[in-house]
Amino acid sequence: MMGGETLLDKIWRDHVIRDFGDNTYLLHVDRAFLHELAAVAFESLKNARRPILSPELTFATVDHLLDTTPGRGDDTIIPNGKDFIQKLRAGARETGISFFDIDTAEQGIVHVIAPEQAVALPGTVFVCCDSHTSTIGGLGALAWGIGTTDIEHVMATGGIVQTKPQTMRVNFTGALPRGLTAKDLILHLIGEISADGGNGYAIEYAGPVIEQLGVEERLSICNMSIELSARLGLIAPDDVTYEYLAGRPYAPKGAQWDMALSYWRSLPSDPSAQYDRVIDIDCSVLTPQVTWGTSPEHVIGFHDHVPDPSQAETKREQASMSRALDYMELKPGMRIAGLPINAAFIGSCTNSRLSDLRAAAKVLEGRKIAEGVMAICSPGSAQTKRLAEAEGIDRIFKDAGFEWRESGCSLCMSGGAGGERFPDHARVVSSTNRNFEHRQGRNVKSHLASPETVAASAVAGRIAIAEHQ
Amino acid sequence: MERKPFRKLTEIAAPLRRLNVDTDAIIPGAQLLKVTKGGFGQGLFYNWRYKENGEEEPDFILNKAPYQHAKILLAGHNFACGSSREVAVWALRDYGFRCVIAPSFGNIFYSNALKNGFLPVVIAEDDVERISDEVEASQGAGKVTVDLEKCRVVSPGGCEYAFEVPENYRQAMLDALDPIAATLRFKDDIIAFQNRDRDRRSWAYFGPRKIDDDSFNMGDV
Repeated sequence: MMGGETLLDKIWRDHVIRDFGDNTYLLHVDRAFLHELAAVAFESLKNARRPILSPELTFATVDHLLDTTPGRGDDTIIPNGKDFIQKLRAGARETGISFFDIDTAEQGIVHVIAPEQAVALPGTVFVCCDSHTSTIGGLGALAWGIGTTDIEHVMATGGIVQTKPQTMRVNFTGALPRGLTAKDLILHLIGEISADGGNGYAIEYAGPVIEQLGVEERLSICNMSIELSARLGLIAPDDVTYEYLAGRPYAPKGAQWDMALSYWRSLPSDPSAQYDRVIDIDCSVLTPQVTWGTSPEHVIGFHDHVPDPSQAETKREQASMSRALDYMELKPGMRIAGLPINAAFIGSCTNSRLSDLRAAAKVLEGRKIAEGVMAICSPGSAQTKRLAEAEGIDRIFKDAGFEWRESGCSLCMSGGAGGERFPDHARVVSSTNRNFEHRQGRNVKSHLASPETVAASAVAGRIAIAEHQ
Repeated sequence: MERKPFRKLTEIAAPLRRLNVDTDAIIPGAQLLKVTKGGFGQGLFYNWRYKENGEEEPDFILNKAPYQHAKILLAGHNFACGSSREVAVWALRDYGFRCVIAPSFGNIFYSNALKNGFLPVVIAEDDVERISDEVEASQGAGKVTVDLEKCRVVSPGGCEYAFEVPENYRQAMLDALDPIAATLRFKDDIIAFQNRDRDRRSWAYFGPRKIDDDSFNMGDV
């Protein structure tokens, strides 16, 4: 064999149930995670008289449709949410899978709680009916989002049919400037290689900058692999990963842990491994990133100017950029810095973990948000919320004028669905992952950025960065 | 949902000419909140097809004759990127589409489509553009052929473009196979793999359970 194996190769080969010979495989799945929008799967399987092959490997929580307001229950602002929540609960009870319900200590956004509870582990194959399942790759797992047909398939057969993706390695090198975050790194990469640039690839993020990141920051990077249209993103597990996982509720214990650890240590890519594409990013020259348009690839540095569509390489790009500028009510050549905002949001599977909340709290401490700005924080899980409150972070947010909510996906994605949303036409700076048209509300203009930048902008009432950035 | 075999079709094609069309645009959140697998055609491209007051947006391609009858969609690169909602496939299918031709697709949509008997065809960006130009020049009258048996797209003017689909998926579409039934043909492989794996990687499981034929059958209760 020419060259060694990549991280992807190693995990892939240990999960092959059957090789169909045309680069498609039947792969074993270690963990399947469901949420409300996948509730239809229970009924389908029941109608077909198919049981769940391994209920003990199947998990569910409520995150997509439930409200984030205090005192919430099954009733939701989003139409029909209750129907989904109750169908999920009934299905979970009937089949005996593990279910983290609304009021449990484990509830939260799947991609926050799966690492938090160590339901997700390095070297495993992890699937969920949500595109941001790529987040879990930050632990060194193969994790990707699938549809309803596929989740039913996984539940019934324990496996999934997949073509093996090509491999890309992105090396983040150079000294990370002070105040630059994982979010800035991934936004910059999307701007560099485009929202289609990772299409068909499994992207391994590597290099000295990645090695120095904590697990939560690695999760944020892998989270936005889907914004590169990559199949999945992953980062080699190391001592940082193992330290994070040890002792968490669903992590292996005792001799099982030791066995897992020695297997995990064999997973990092061999030095001689070959990739289909390699990209190097010098981080030392980067500034905080903010999106200006309606695709995550529409991103610039904080000090840069909104680009001019007439400079685009193709007519297609030109049309796409012009459309985005119209929607965002921006003109070419404008500065993104200083743009007045109506709202600020910290939350979502991208940036709602304890480290994100701590970083934002540092910016907010002793300050007030600007008058007229609606500012909301939704911690990524019940546990994150509890831990943040134990540190007094909730106080800092509330004193600054932020609403301190329960956990859920809501304000990141339900704006187009008549659920929780920002006022029509509002300009929002958001720690989320998608700046698509109408996603956070009717004609809402979303600017994606790091939690620090969101916090600084909320205080300034316009797009701004923190003093230390 | 009943599966139809996909072999060959010659139909009206609608050129969408937009890049990075995300699944939120294909089927906005408000339109997907039904715990069913049907009836999503009305919500397709909702925010583009309709104005805020609910009237049709006359400039949108699917509101122009004859494209409202299109069964093939011609799209720009990275079509159906974003959210994993399978409803994006169901909405296109329920509207009447059978196939999308684009230079690239969101990976999850691509996989979801194939597993629903809905054909995503990848051909080069310039070729999609050329076919779109021919279609528009004929004011939509020129039909496009998609032939899955020969893996060929034929433009209204008769230009042929080859495409590839993984053979395993191609066969499943030609035969309208139910994906779970197709996989359960290899039940013995699954049992052997999992029971071996439960010893080899016991840390990835919760306890020493083994599986057998009965694990795939619903009990009588």
